Amino acid sequence: MTHDAEGRAAIRQAVSVSLATGLYGVSFGALAVAAGLTVPQAMALSLLMFSGGSQFAFIGVVGAGGLAGAAIATAGLLGVRNGLYGPQVAPLIDSRGWRRPLAAQLTIDESTAVATAHKPPHAAQLGFWWTGVGVFVLWNVFTLVGAVAGDRMGDPARYGLDAAAAAAFLGLVWPRITGPGSRLAQTVAAGAVVVALALTPLVPAGIPVLLAAVVAIAAGLVAREPEPVA
Amino acid sequence: MSPVGTWIALVVASAVVFALKLAGHLVPKHWLAEPRVARTAALVTVALLSALVAVQTATRGNELVLDARLPALVVAAIALALRAPFIVVVLLAAVTAAVLRALGMP
Repeated sequence: MTHDAEGRAAIRQAVSVSLATGLYGVSFGALAVAAGLTVPQAMALSLLMFSGGSQFAFIGVVGAGGLAGAAIATAGLLGVRNGLYGPQVAPLIDSRGWRRPLAAQLTIDESTAVATAHKPPHAAQLGFWWTGVGVFVLWNVFTLVGAVAGDRMGDPARYGLDAAAAAAFLGLVWPRITGPGSRLAQTVAAGAVVVALALTPLVPAGIPVLLAAVVAIAAGLVAREPEPVA
Repeated sequence: MSPVGTWIALVVASAVVFALKLAGHLVPKHWLAEPRVARTAALVTVALLSALVAVQTATRGNELVLDARLPALVVAAIALALRAPFIVVVLLAAVTAAVLRALGMP
């Protein structure tokens, strides 16, 4: 009985998270096209890469005229986070065989958050799969909607889409630099901004963002203060 | 990047991101238990996203520029501080920049 109630709660949470997350696929689709990608390329990113932060970073570097290597490295570094979710998620869902790569592809911020929020194993599994599949389907549908709409709008700057891209990154980083215990993260964020802007006139596009990561690696290795993991 | 170059970069980057996700499901748990690893990874995410905010707001190619994007970002920050949903934040930034540009701001 408790399991059923908990399972239903996990599914309800999965559905609301999927709707909220899927909806901002519209902004990804529109911004991808504004960055110079085609509609099929925007779709391919949502299907194959399926990780919001990495996708936004990829189009950000491509849109700025960055090299392929810089786009790959930036998207990959932002994807490291998903790798760290695996050890939390794998024991909860206990997937084997063909379901394992499927589970891996669906291991993102949202599915991990919902799965780990429910104690009973069966609710955690329901939460993971419903959120993973729900976000995947809606994220891809709304990417298509955004990409097609963006494609028809013409000059992206006229509609402020370049500013929307900046706001999207701010929205992604915001929960990590606000709230208690985020002083180190704020220092790293400020350092990264300074490094990226200072290097922009000096090195090819895409590289300043990558070099900003050095600030974080240095801070992570040196800092003693225990920092809650985002 | 050429269209083909973009496709290649897209497929390679997607493969890298998938490999990282799969590795997380395969490695023994204690490998990633070191708190310094998790903390550094979280900070790398913060640094990359913050640098992307800066580059998207205040640069064009290899130049630093101040235009309608900066006030739009300020509006986005205020919306975030007021706990507006992501999509609203993004839309407010776009509308702010579009209105300022219609009024003649670069």
